[in-house]
Order: sequence, then C-alpha cells, then structure tokens
Amino acid sequence: MNIIIVGCGKVGSALAEQLASEGHDITVIDTNPDAVERVTEVADVMGTVGNGVVYYVQKEAGIEYADMFIAMTGSDELNLLCCLIAKKSSSCRTIARVRNPDYLTERGFIKEKLGISMIINPEMEAANEITRLFTIPSAISVDTFARGRIELLETRLPIGSPIAGSPIKSAMGRLSGKILICAIERGRDVIIPTGDTVLLEGDKISFVATHRDSGAFFKKAGIAKNHIKTIIIVGGGKITFYLAKKLSEYGFRVKIIEKNREHCEFLNSILPSDVVIINGDGSDQRLLLEEGIADADGFASITDIDEENIMLSLYVGSNFKAKTVTKINKLNFEGIIDRLSLGSVIYPKYITSEMIISYVRALENSTGSGVQTLYNIVGGKVQALEFAVRTESRAVGVPLCDLDLKKNILLCCISRHGKIIIPSGQDMIQVGDSVVVVTTERGLNDLKDIVR
Amino acid sequence: MNYFMILYLLGLVCIIQSCSMLLPVAVGIFYGENEWKAYAFVAAVSLVVGLAFSLKKPKSNVFYAKEGFVTVALSWIVLSLCGAVPFVLTKEIPSYVDAVFEAASGFTTTGASILTNVEALSQTSLFWRSFTHWIGGMGVLVFLLAVVPLTGGHTMQLMRAESPGPSVGKFVPKVRQTAFILYSIYFAMTILEIVLLLAGGMPWFDSICTAFGTAGTGGFAIKNASIGFYHSFYLQGVVTVFMILFAVNFTVYYLLLAKKFKQAFKNEELWWFLGIIAFSVLCITLNIRNSCYGGRTYEAFHNAAFSVASVISTTGYSTADFAKWPQLSQFILFILMFIGASAGSTGGGMKVSRLVLLLKSSAREISTILHPRSVKAVKLDKKRVDPAVVKNTASFFVIAMLVYVISVLIVSFDEFDMTTTMTAVAATMNNIGPGLSLVGPTGNFSAFSNLSKVVMIIDMLAGRLEYFPILVLFTPAIWKDGFSALRRKLLNRR
Repeated sequence: MNIIIVGCGKVGSALAEQLASEGHDITVIDTNPDAVERVTEVADVMGTVGNGVVYYVQKEAGIEYADMFIAMTGSDELNLLCCLIAKKSSSCRTIARVRNPDYLTERGFIKEKLGISMIINPEMEAANEITRLFTIPSAISVDTFARGRIELLETRLPIGSPIAGSPIKSAMGRLSGKILICAIERGRDVIIPTGDTVLLEGDKISFVATHRDSGAFFKKAGIAKNHIKTIIIVGGGKITFYLAKKLSEYGFRVKIIEKNREHCEFLNSILPSDVVIINGDGSDQRLLLEEGIADADGFASITDIDEENIMLSLYVGSNFKAKTVTKINKLNFEGIIDRLSLGSVIYPKYITSEMIISYVRALENSTGSGVQTLYNIVGGKVQALEFAVRTESRAVGVPLCDLDLKKNILLCCISRHGKIIIPSGQDMIQVGDSVVVVTTERGLNDLKDIVR
Repeated sequence: MNYFMILYLLGLVCIIQSCSMLLPVAVGIFYGENEWKAYAFVAAVSLVVGLAFSLKKPKSNVFYAKEGFVTVALSWIVLSLCGAVPFVLTKEIPSYVDAVFEAASGFTTTGASILTNVEALSQTSLFWRSFTHWIGGMGVLVFLLAVVPLTGGHTMQLMRAESPGPSVGKFVPKVRQTAFILYSIYFAMTILEIVLLLAGGMPWFDSICTAFGTAGTGGFAIKNASIGFYHSFYLQGVVTVFMILFAVNFTVYYLLLAKKFKQAFKNEELWWFLGIIAFSVLCITLNIRNSCYGGRTYEAFHNAAFSVASVISTTGYSTADFAKWPQLSQFILFILMFIGASAGSTGGGMKVSRLVLLLKSSAREISTILHPRSVKAVKLDKKRVDPAVVKNTASFFVIAMLVYVISVLIVSFDEFDMTTTMTAVAATMNNIGPGLSLVGPTGNFSAFSNLSKVVMIIDMLAGRLEYFPILVLFTPAIWKDGFSALRRKLLNRR
C-alpha cells in the first residue's frame, strides 16, 4: 500500500519503520530535515521536507497515488487540517492523531463530518491499557483478540508456585481445555510449549483464556494478587487524565501526585471529585509514604521523564506490595528494561503504531483470510496473530490433529459466533471463525501459511 | 563494523560478475573463437567463490554509512581484479597490471586503454571490454539492489556510496524499486541507441558495443580510429546525442516518465549542463574552423560538438584528433574534463551540480564580505541546499585536487612532457579516457611504467566512486578491526 506519514516524531518514525518492514511504500513528511534524514537512515522510506498541510508538499509526496494518509504531528489541529486537505485532494483513507482532552467528546462528530477514517489518541489508548492491567493485577501485560473476548496474558511464575516442576499436561488439570499456554520465556530463550514441556519457577509465560478462567489459573499458579482498590499515580499529564477518569468510573480509589500546581488545578477541575490530587514531588520518598504507598494496591509512574518512572517503579516494586506500571516514552533499551523488575511496562508509541498497523492490515485483508490483529509478545520475539477466516483453504475444515502445522506454530484459540474454543485435536477451523495463532516465525500473512 | 555483511555482499557481487561473463562466453561461441574458455573458467571460479561467501546470510544485517562505503570500494576492486583475469588467460594482454588497468578502465567507464592495436583483439574480449562499461555505468551494487531482495533502511547506504552526485535521493519509497527504475531507463535508452545505430547501417556487433560504451559513458571503441572509423555524420550524430543524454541526471527522465514535465525541466543542473556544452561548442567551432577545417563550418561544428559531448560526458570516443587542435580548444576540453557530467547520471568528473554549488557558495562568501551580517543560503532548484552538502562539496573539491596533485607527482617520474602527464591523470581520474598529447585520441597508455599504471588504476576507481569510499579504505582502523573480527570468528569455530 502507498502510505504517507506526516510528522517524524517518536510515533511517526516507529510507525514508518514497522509499516516499511511489512512491505508498504512509505513516504514521510516533516518540516525538520534532520528528522526526515533520521527516519530515512533506519527504514526504507522516502522523505519529503515541508509542511504536510501544504497541498504542494502533499503532491510531492505522491498524494494522488496514496492509499492512506496518517497525520502524526504534535498538533491536533494540524493533523486534522492535513487529513482534510488530503481527503479533498485524493481518495485515500486518513488517520489523525488527536490527543487534546477538549476534543474527547467530539471525536465521533469530527470523524464523521471531516470524513476521517480513524482518530487515534495515544494517551487514551495507553490509559486503556493501564486500566486493563489494573483490572487483572496478576498479569504483566494484557492483549485482547476477538474484540476483547479473548485475552492474551503474560505473567511470571513466582518462586514456590505449585505448578512449577510439572509438565503442562498435568499442571493444568481441570483447567485444560480452557487455558492454553502459548509461549514460555526462560532466560533468553523462548519456547513454544507442548503438553510435555515442564514449567519452571521464574518462567515468563503467555497464555490465552477468557476473562473468567484466567482468575482460576492465577490462583492455581499461586500468583493471585489481591484485588486492587487503591491506586497511586505519579505524574499529571494527559495519560493521567484519561486513566484517572476511567479508573474512577470503574470504582477504584485514585490518588494523583503532580509537581505542577497549575496541572493539579486543571485536573481537579475536569476530573470527578473522588479523585484525590496531591501537589508535590512524586520522587520524594517521604511524600509517597505519607500518602500511603505502603497500603496502595496499584502504582503507576507516568511522568514525562522515563528515568524517573523507572526509579520510582523499582523503589515501589522492591519495597511494597503494590502492582507497578511504568510508562516509557523514549528509551530504546528494551532488552535491559525487560530484565528490571518494573512490573508492567507501557510504551505509548508502540501502542499507537500497533493500532494503526492492525487497521492497515484489516484494510488490506478485507478479502481472503488475512491477519486481523497482531501483537508482538515476549519482548518482540513471538508474534500473536489473529486471522479472520473468510474463505475455504487447506487449513479449513480439517480436524486439527490432521493438520500438518509448521514448526514453532501454535494454534491457541478459535472464536466462533462469540464463543471461545480452546481447540483440541478433534476441533476444526470453519469459515467465519477468528483464529489466534502464536509463532516465533515471521512472515505469516494468511491462515493457509500455517500449514506446511 | 559488520564485516560478515560486507563479505556477504561481496559474494553476491562475485555472482553477478560471474553471470555477466556468460555474455562474452556466448559471443565467443557464436563467433567460433577459442577465447570463451577463459571467460567460462573465470565465471565458474567466481561463481564458486561468490556462493561460498553468500550462501549463509549473516545474522545481523545492521548497516551504516561506513559499511556502505567499504562494501562499495571493495566490490569495485574485486570486480577490476577478477575482470582482468580473462585478458591474461587469453594472452591478449600478457601483463596482469596492464590487464587490471584495462578492466578497471572498463568498469569505471574511463575508456583509457593500454592497447596499441585494438582491432587485434578477439570479438569475445572486445565485447567484454564494452560490456564492463555498461555494468559500471549505472553501478553493480545498484543492480544488486534491484535484483536481490535486501531489506531495511541500510540498503540506501549502498546506493548513496555508489551513485554519483552530492546528494542521492530516491524516486519512489523503496530502494529496490528505485534501483529497478534506474536500470529500466538505462536499459531502454541503450536499446534505443542500438536501434538507431543499426538504422544508420552500423553492423550488429559494432552497434551493440558502441551503445554499451555510450550508455556507461565509457569510451572503449572497437576500432583503432574510434568512432571516426564510421564516416557517417548520422552515426556520429547519434552517438553525440546519446553521450549527452546519458550524462543527464536520470531523475529528469523519471520525472518525464511520471509526466511531471514542469518539475523535470526545472532541474537547474540540466540547464547549466546544456549551457556549458553550448558555450564550449561555440568557442571551439570558431577556434578550429579556419585552422583545422579550412573554413568548413559544418564539419568544424560537428567535430567540436562530438568532442565536447565526449569529454564533458566523460565518454572519451573521438572522431577527430583534438590533441592537434589549437591551444584554446585543447584548454577548454581540459577544463571540461574536470567539470564532468551531471549528478545521478552514468558519467564521471566532478559533476556540474558540484560546480554550481561551489560557484554559488563562493559568490555567497564574497557577498558576506560586503554585508557581514547577511543571511543567505545556497539554493539549487530554488530550494535551500543542506549546509552539510555544501560543506561536503567543498571538501570533495579539495580532496579531488589533492589526489590529482599527488598522482601527477608520482606519474611525472616517467619523464613525459607536462601536457601528457597532467592530462593522463586528469583523464583517468575523471573517467574520460583519452587526454592530450601522447595520450590523445590516437595515443594510448602503454608507455607508462607499472607504478604509474597502478596510480592511475587507483585514480580511476577513486574518481568513479567519488573519492570518499576508496579513501575510507586507507584508514587503518577499518583493517585492524576487520582482521580481529575474522580472527575471533575463526577461533570460535575451532
């Protein structure tokens, strides 16, 4: 697909890199020549320097032939205007990043009236993800398939876990058929397990389950953390606004610590009154203790400074019982960050680019049995893919035990008419299903690719 | 440095070399000559070596500018060294240094020859000589990018290091497609020239070889009298026009194909290039009309145009012995040698756009003396040029001059007259071919000592790759790291 991306910031460049690596033709536009240069160095994309709102610049970037136009600059209004002009000058689909809370209630209206295909709000998406993590406290990360009906959870087996040391087949017991462990990260290795694989203490495991069954599994594995009631958030930016709003809707008790007085007052004016807002420095230990960090069940460090977030989470994670969530904006040392005990880590830029990529995929695969959703799990070493089965193929209508799957591929879940099936050998894939596959291989584009 | 990726790419280059040698093999068999065996042998060896290096893809394919430069420089050295072997095996050029000179001269599209009698060569070798021009013109790595699916942003580094011009861009988002488009245009134009030459009555073999030489702006002729052998104004005219066409920035053709006519003709370099040609042709015509052509204006114009096109496009074909022209004409040609073709073309030299940038930034320096606080960016195509590019152009000029002076110093050991020495180096360094005096259109480079030939081989490669890649090879750190990386790898294997 021909895709134009305006704005080469953190999200814009991450997006350009990922889309280019999937084989799309990408052109980036930015007013800053250095930013354009940086992207073209790392990814096979073409760069145009200029203001993305200007029609001439869009034309130079090839708007006539573009299938999609994505506006990712720092300014909401600029993004909307870009998309509007792109829409008027060609028949491409448009995606705009709009993050100002002021426009929150008008999203639908703007989308419809301006003819924009998708409005994306990275801060809100990040807040949604954090909320999901707090509602399932035992999981390190949560991804959803089949419109949220299936969850792919990641967790770490604690020392002394009752199921450690036994093979998966026997460990599952009553839960087998409802839960499927699809990837195990042990040290630097990643294992796609079979029923005979033995679980060990300290394994980071990913599994699919419905919301109800996952609770039972956590209890069995001895990871059950208490239900979360009170949450402390350090940092009062846009994510905090969306997060606090959502959490308080869900009935959590939320406390926000923010340094800047004006931000505090602003948050206070727009958030429900049961959210407690403290004006102070979150990196001050005494303040944290005073505000009851020892009793808090959840802790989110989402200031603008990555280093501060990491330090705070390390401190809270090692001294208190709270489940920690850390936001990382910019740092690129994923390998190191994964090894720190930071609890859950949130990368807003990847959340945004993953959403857009899944939109692009869905568009591209509106026929055939293409990829609907894609998540990189276990530090990017494993991909979890959701295929929508629309046509017959050699993988369809055959009992799974007779399917000759490629190596390192696991079929974890079938969603049929809203019902979730953790498949056994007798089940088969049918047209109309959604199928979730976990794999360490790259380049699966269609369901039929899973068969040898 | 990612040495294993470099070796992998060198392996691929060997395979391409091997495939390209199959053409002279076919020609040899067609004409019933025995020389094809030498080519088949070298092709087979280089295929085996290439496969050995490229069978396993290296784990890490991270690639930065320095790897790009080193890969390109080494590839061209490997090409020249291997491409020379058949000449020695067929005993047509017994000395290996001479053979390397001939091969490097071919790949770098120089066209300087050490042969005293070209017509004595077999058809096979004549074809191979011309075909090296065609491969070298657009570049081997650009070809590799077009046919091998390499992924990632780093592939652009290869293209940048090999393609001529101060700032290399893409036509379309993907490097692979850009490379493909470049080669398609190149191929189509070559075919067109072959057809036009055939239409003028030139034999098949001659038109193909001549077209290869023109397309790469090379200049190896298959006759001792070069294009002057064909006494036809039409044939010589076709060659003149195509020499100029192949020296134009290929971006212009892409824009024309994309029907962006306005943008295509806005290319400032194109107008400078054509302006310089028009001015030089006018001066030389007036200068040689009476002294050499006895007042026959059309003949004077024809030969002036051919020589100017040949020198500025850095091709090096000839119809007249311009070494016997008046001093003014000779000197104009000498200056044109350094200016060279346009950026993004197949030609060599300093490039017109660099000249324009140098002139403009010098003008800016003068105006800053008058208005010390003035703010004025250097512009090309009505767009501000990145100051880094302007800086790079200035250092390019200095480096080119340094290389020139040092080479002239070394070559002057051979005790030739000044014109011969100076133009010989200028003609090899700027990839033209013939110089003036002893190395003029009717002369050749056989009289030089081996030392001078080696210097000129390096000059040709350095000039074709625009100095930086070859000079990077002279930094010791790259070699030290390379050897220790290889040693580690070998020790680990044990």
